[in-house]
Amino acid sequence: MRYAETGYNLEIDLATGSIERIETDPKETELYLGGLGTNAKILWDRVPADVDPFSPDNLLIFSTGLLCGTPAPGANRTIISTYSPQTLLMGYSMMGGFFAPELKHAGYDKIIFRNKSPKLIYIWINNDKVEIRDASHLQGKGAVETQELIKEELNEPNAHVAAIGLAGENRVFTASIEQGRSSASRLGIGAVMGDKGIKAIAVRGTKDVNIARPEDFYKICKDVLEYIDDRNDKPVPNVMPILAGLGSPQEMLHVDEKWHTENFMWGNARVRRRDFWNDEVEKMWKDTQETVRTRLISCYNCPMKCGAIISVPGISTYMMKCFSKLTYTMAAFVDDIDFGFRIAQRATEYGVDGFSTPQIMAFAFELKEAGILTDEDFAGTDTYEACPSDNQGRFFWLLDRIVRREGIGDILAEGTYWAAEKIGKGAEEYAHNNIKKHEQLPLKLGMLNPVYYLMYCTGEKINITQIEGQFPQAPFATIEEREDFIKDWIQVPDEKFKKYVMDWEFRGEFSNPYYPTPEIATDIVDWQEMMHYIDDALGVCAGLSSFPLKPPYHIHNYPDLISAATGMDVDEEGLKQIYRRNRNLVRSINIRRGLRRVDEKPPEDHWKKRFPELEEKLLDTYYEFKGWNNDGIPTKETLDSLSLDYISEDFLERGILTDDKDTSSK
Amino acid sequence: MHQEKIEKNKKIIKTVKVDVDLCNGCKACEVVCSAFHAVPKYSSNNPARSRIRVVRDPIRDIYVPVFAGEYTPAECMGRDKYIIDGKEYDECTFCRAACPSRDLFKEPDSGLPLRCDMCEGEDMPKCVEWCITDALTYEEREEEMDEEVEQEEIDKGLEAMIDKYGLDKVLDTVARMSIKE
Repeated sequence: MRYAETGYNLEIDLATGSIERIETDPKETELYLGGLGTNAKILWDRVPADVDPFSPDNLLIFSTGLLCGTPAPGANRTIISTYSPQTLLMGYSMMGGFFAPELKHAGYDKIIFRNKSPKLIYIWINNDKVEIRDASHLQGKGAVETQELIKEELNEPNAHVAAIGLAGENRVFTASIEQGRSSASRLGIGAVMGDKGIKAIAVRGTKDVNIARPEDFYKICKDVLEYIDDRNDKPVPNVMPILAGLGSPQEMLHVDEKWHTENFMWGNARVRRRDFWNDEVEKMWKDTQETVRTRLISCYNCPMKCGAIISVPGISTYMMKCFSKLTYTMAAFVDDIDFGFRIAQRATEYGVDGFSTPQIMAFAFELKEAGILTDEDFAGTDTYEACPSDNQGRFFWLLDRIVRREGIGDILAEGTYWAAEKIGKGAEEYAHNNIKKHEQLPLKLGMLNPVYYLMYCTGEKINITQIEGQFPQAPFATIEEREDFIKDWIQVPDEKFKKYVMDWEFRGEFSNPYYPTPEIATDIVDWQEMMHYIDDALGVCAGLSSFPLKPPYHIHNYPDLISAATGMDVDEEGLKQIYRRNRNLVRSINIRRGLRRVDEKPPEDHWKKRFPELEEKLLDTYYEFKGWNNDGIPTKETLDSLSLDYISEDFLERGILTDDKDTSSK
Repeated sequence: MHQEKIEKNKKIIKTVKVDVDLCNGCKACEVVCSAFHAVPKYSSNNPARSRIRVVRDPIRDIYVPVFAGEYTPAECMGRDKYIIDGKEYDECTFCRAACPSRDLFKEPDSGLPLRCDMCEGEDMPKCVEWCITDALTYEEREEEMDEEVEQEEIDKGLEAMIDKYGLDKVLDTVARMSIKE
């Protein structure tokens, strides 16, 4: 019997309609755990390095994490992996909600799609019965609407449905996959789903998930839950409220947005709206939010309430979480958050990423102001009106054009990097907020922060929120505050991290950018990455682990939890080794697709004060620590020590590594 | 007279209070219920086997945790609709019975009915323990039971039966039922 996992993947060939239930090798679980780890292994093994993301040969993998469907609180993430049309690198986006546990109970760890369907279809997985069904009647339907229509059509209110909207159907590069209150929205995986002709996947499962050592496992889960309950009453003092608690930032709960609205750079990541937040705005936002927010809601088996049901009068109900509350309103230079809730409804039904999409629209209007785009680009046609001139109207207008790929929208649908390249005439300068061709959080700061520098440069997810966490974002002002913070900091992998917090100052020798030193910054980033890679393999939400300060899951209780769930004997060192293996595997996939040191840089204007020499030193130190060569490529020794010999052989064959271990020829 | 010697018996009534407004729809109650009732305990889990279910329809903002009650061999003849706070609920939404009209509260493999046992032997039902959002809270209430009253009710009931069917028929029925039991 397999424990925690089912031991079976569902393999669906969309061209032939073949559906197979394939037993997996338990050895892979020992090596990579599951989720992101085993997804990466499948991509490495089965998708050639030069495959175009929209090729039939690209795979689209929906995976549960190893602990999804067990009683471990917050183990509910679906990890979706493919090659990203936007970055051309590995795209792994994740969503919470209910899909992964339901899939596990239906008897599968993953669904692996290959090839393309000749017509729009949806998949219905009802335990052992799996069907490919016609979805022509769902063409153009909203992502939320589609989930409801399918549940009704199947007469199965307990099914969970992951769906794309029109954006995915039209292969918009910011297309998301929506499911309940969650969405996998980064890196254009919704476009790959649309390209494969899959409108939705519905799943219902009523089988058991087994646990190897039940009493031990239950005890840790109970401890975790009690810790959450206790921690919810004890916000971390001396940090911003959104960093004080567990979960994803509690944007649906909090109404005070002074910090976000005034400190981020809005429009096309350009303008700080200083003095935006006043009593009048606060009252307006509070009233609106409290009116449209029907209920705070959670994902499967998690007590945190990071999402909300949003019912705006006159438009259909949808669900929201985190940051999309702010991004449209602020990017459009609108003051009234009612606009934000309205346009987010349309954007959610279309199924687009709430980070990149508003930025793309602001980018377009900036190009218009600069004369690079002209009135002609915003003109009407037989089928639609010309672009309105007011801030709200023009955002709605452009959202429609992008999702429908009409006029200038067809170019903008590919994100700021590719759109700028197509538009030319200096538009490239305006696509200024990207890393590896992907739009970033609209944040521009003063002094270089060495820890964040490394995360921005080297994060394979290319999204800061998916790699940061655990370590304070800024020094504490006084010794007393530092002592108070470290006194119950049980999560640290090593006592030295407490010293880093004690030593870190706002000014002087022990402050940014020279402190944390490159060695210490590397230590910190390695810890942060470790927890994210473990979470992404287990399917545990970062909001209960790698993201917040002092979370319930950490490197000291994970080994026992994993061992009790699976029956494998994993200790701390063993788990760290799995992390290093998964980290190097994901890295190697991207290396094989061409990623090199030259690509590893934050947006030039992310910090005002830059330190080229120090930055080189930071990357050198990080690469060396990781066992990578000077170009960011894992060395043969590193790969072989992690049982990744098959990668080093491939790299040598391709000339990515040469026998001279320090240089790469390609 | 025996009535002067009435003894008041004390009985603990276990109550789970359900505050549907606090339910976040996470189904932790279903997860832990099915794990607790697995054999061996916690060796597996499966919300489809749970004795508590969250009737959940997020878009219509319906979140109602319901506990498995008695098995019923027949479904109701008619079903009413309730409208609460502008939301329409089917009567079955609140029904605790394992009933032929639906799969709820039946073992997915055998179809045998499930019934909430309040996690007999534990300090409180597991679902309550795991609901840290406090949609489910637990109360124990002591109620005084008057056995004589109960006896009186049986007497009354039987008298009514004898009046209606005659003593012989009632005795026959009781005899037949005791063999079956």
